[in-house]
Amino acid sequence: MTYTQIGLMAVIVAVLVDLFVLRTALVKRKLFWMSYAIIVFFQFITNGVLTGSMIVRYSGDAIIGGDYPETTPPLIGDGRLFFAPIEDLLFGFPMILLVLSVWVWLGRRGLDRLPYSGPPPKWWPKGGWFGTTK
Amino acid sequence: MPLSLDLAVLEPFAYIGVLVFVLVVTLPLQLVLKARVYSKPLRLVISLIPMLVLFLIWDFYAIDRGHWFFDEDRVTGLTIGILPIEELLFFITVPIASLLTFEAVRSIKGWSAGDEGKAKS
Repeated sequence: MTYTQIGLMAVIVAVLVDLFVLRTALVKRKLFWMSYAIIVFFQFITNGVLTGSMIVRYSGDAIIGGDYPETTPPLIGDGRLFFAPIEDLLFGFPMILLVLSVWVWLGRRGLDRLPYSGPPPKWWPKGGWFGTTK
Repeated sequence: MPLSLDLAVLEPFAYIGVLVFVLVVTLPLQLVLKARVYSKPLRLVISLIPMLVLFLIWDFYAIDRGHWFFDEDRVTGLTIGILPIEELLFFITVPIASLLTFEAVRSIKGWSAGDEGKAKS
């Protein structure tokens, strides 16, 4: 199997786990998508460093894009997004969703007396926290 | 006496340096925004296990098949079989950073993750 195929499979598995196995349904929550948007922004930066500087390289046989054995891959284009193969999104997303889903599932099971986080410091702009808003 | 610092000695720590960077820049999420992740070590470790099993299998397979490979000059050279130790550390640091982000957003926005129980009425 190629990286592309395994990645698609991993996304499907992680979403199924979230929706039907652990029933955390994070993919239906804005908390998850806001967090993922921030995470993926930093993924582009750190992964861009690792792939743009060719610390990590990829076989053209495994990804949509081509081989770049000696030269830096394109910033954007030929299946690359910020130097990294777009398949890396199919790696990062299920990895994060799976961890967050188990994390929330454990919170539901009552592993922590206080499962949630916060509050932010008083000087932090208003945004609310359980018990402090409304 | 030569006083010049040869930065080349840092080269093997390039990949691991990126991971250290990830941990350092996300630390304020725990300390300032009170994203309680490090303070829940048991929950943290259990949360990582299913992902670690699946993604380590994937990583071993992908490295074995040559899907991706690493610049030997910029990893430490410590390995578990064919797996650079950096990859294992990646699977620990990046999820921790992600959990910190998730909990920091929850701390700031007060949005529900569904595990608040009676705390959120």
